[in-house]
Amino acid sequence: MTNTQVTLSGLTLSNPVIPASGTFGYGYEFAEIYDINCLGSFSFKGTTREPRFGNEPPRIAETASGMLNAVGLQNPGIDKVISEELPKLRKVFRKPVVANISGFSIDEYAECCERIDKEEGVGLIEVNISCPNVHCGGMSFGTSPESAAEVTRAVKAVTSKPVYMKLSPNVTDIAAIAKACEDAGADGVSLINTLMGMRIDLRHRAPVLRNVTGGLSGPAVFPVALRMVWQVYEAVRIPIIGMGGVACAEDVIEMMLAGATAVEVGAANLVDPFASKKIVEELPRVMERLHIENLTDIIGGAHHG
Amino acid sequence: MYNVDFKIISNRKIAKNTFEMTLSGDTRGIAPGQFVNLKLDGFYLRRPISVCDYTPDTLTLIYKVVGHGTEAMSKMAPGETLDALTGLGNGYDTSRSGDRPLLIGGGAGVPPMYVLAKKLLAEGKKSTAILGFNSADEAFYEAEFKALGCETYVTTADGSYGIRGFVTDAMDLDYTYFYTCGPEPMLRAVYNKSVTSGQFSFEERMGCGFGACMGCTCKTKYGHKRICKDGPVLTREEIVW
Ligand SMILES: Cc1cc2nc3c(=O)[nH]c(=O)nc-3n(C[C@H](O)[C@H](O)[C@H](O)COP(=O)(O)OP(=O)(O)OC[C@H]3O[C@@H](n4cnc5c(N)ncnc54)[C@H](O)[C@@H]3O)c2cc1C
Ligand SMILES: Cc1cc2nc3c(=O)[nH]c(=O)nc-3n(C[C@H](O)[C@H](O)[C@H](O)COP(=O)(O)O)c2cc1C
Ligand code: FES
Repeated sequence: MTNTQVTLSGLTLSNPVIPASGTFGYGYEFAEIYDINCLGSFSFKGTTREPRFGNEPPRIAETASGMLNAVGLQNPGIDKVISEELPKLRKVFRKPVVANISGFSIDEYAECCERIDKEEGVGLIEVNISCPNVHCGGMSFGTSPESAAEVTRAVKAVTSKPVYMKLSPNVTDIAAIAKACEDAGADGVSLINTLMGMRIDLRHRAPVLRNVTGGLSGPAVFPVALRMVWQVYEAVRIPIIGMGGVACAEDVIEMMLAGATAVEVGAANLVDPFASKKIVEELPRVMERLHIENLTDIIGGAHHG
Repeated sequence: MYNVDFKIISNRKIAKNTFEMTLSGDTRGIAPGQFVNLKLDGFYLRRPISVCDYTPDTLTLIYKVVGHGTEAMSKMAPGETLDALTGLGNGYDTSRSGDRPLLIGGGAGVPPMYVLAKKLLAEGKKSTAILGFNSADEAFYEAEFKALGCETYVTTADGSYGIRGFVTDAMDLDYTYFYTCGPEPMLRAVYNKSVTSGQFSFEERMGCGFGACMGCTCKTKYGHKRICKDGPVLTREEIVW
């Protein structure tokens, strides 16, 4: 028998597979085609204080083995998320959900996290300080250890649930930022958000994305994400949720060997709406083949000495 | 939404850079005005293509070769399989059509008008069709629309076939309602020229095609809508250009 259970700061998940924020909406589209309670959890769309339209279209571009998005945190705002989306979500998902929160000021992060912390169905708060698609906010908090720590402290002061800081790969030293979050009291870190990139339309001789740049995700980023999870694992003691290009059960194992306790699956859900379910189902078979009995045993298992 | 493995029955060129692909597979849940999202080998994102026609177990698509993905599609052979997500989008509402609907399709926007004409016909409404193309060699499906009994006008921008000009140059007709699909400049021109209400089919770059990623959202008078899920069909009253 294989055991796929993992525990994130006291929150036990039946398996480590978590659809990533922004690629799973509030779960409904997927709940129409499969029972999403098979998932470890899922991280809902990044939520801000005010409702946001996001960036003008086009917001999506294709790349080799991946995609760019410049959605820019479109969401209905925290009030509606609490009053409408969460009650609706509870009907299709019975497990604790990961609440993904974004902001444009320290106050906004603190206010949104404080409010979402009180919601019963929320198991963990993922604080996005790494969105590359908004200006004056988002990623600007996640690119220096000082501001990352400042957001962490502000959020920790007003919450009781585990707080995971979601880190940007668009930095020179992600381990230093993870360490700063840990020192400021973060319960864990989530990484990576998307890598900044762009495409140019040859016929129009202009960027494909109206926002010019977008965030790269999908299998193209997997080795970069894995390397960063590895480096952060060496730098901190708090749990890591690893993500970036995960597309199959083997990728989950690889992320965990690098140091992740749980794994998020993003873009893969968009091209194959059954991707996360398939990974959950494949996982025990792949574990058996690799002679893994307890998944927790392999966390950081590729680090020796 | 369903995920269906279709088998290609035929894939033939019907006009310059334009192919008609017929597939066999389960078409449950498909409706006129909807689209399918196709997984192509070697491409990360799926390709959205409108439903042109269907029976319970066949699906017809018409696509224009514009890039590497559609080029790869044009090289696919009968017998090969194609992974599609089906039943995507809201589709056309035929309850508002009145008894003399006008269908206006431009280029790659012609295909969804065909299955719509069939549905309207089944409801006892005979539609008039205007099919717009750049030139004679790009024109297709005039005979198919006529075979349905639709009064059919073809326009070409260069005048090499039918009425010289744009679809709007053929719009001085008597109609109760209209449906249109085509490039955005054409949709705008139709919007300005039309004298009744109508429904417009839009295109946007898509991440998922089923409402999960917010990649395709546009602003409407009734709030933000995802072209893939709350569209691709929007009514005249809600459009914000
Ligand atoms: C709802 C909907 C219905 C459509 N129906 C049809 C149809 O019936 N027949 C037809 O010929 N075309 C249709 N299109 C356009 C068709 O999707 C594009 O021509 C096709 O995706 C181009 O792929 P490519 O690899 O050849 O081009 P590339 O330019 O290489 O594609 C690169 C990326 O951009 C996307 N893209 C490029 N052009 C468009 C476009 N116009 N709209 C949306 N995404 C685009 C591609 O999907 C891909 O992700 C439809 C588009 C939408 C949104
Ligand atoms: C369309 C899209 C929207 C996203 N929106 C968010 C978001 O709102 N908040 C967030 O923290 N991350 C967001 N992300 C980032 C993902 O959660 C994830 O970190 C990233 O895509 C890497 O994983 P992947 O390669 O598996 O997609 C988004 C990604 C995509 C593709
Ligand atoms: S393409 Fe993903 S929501 Fe429309």
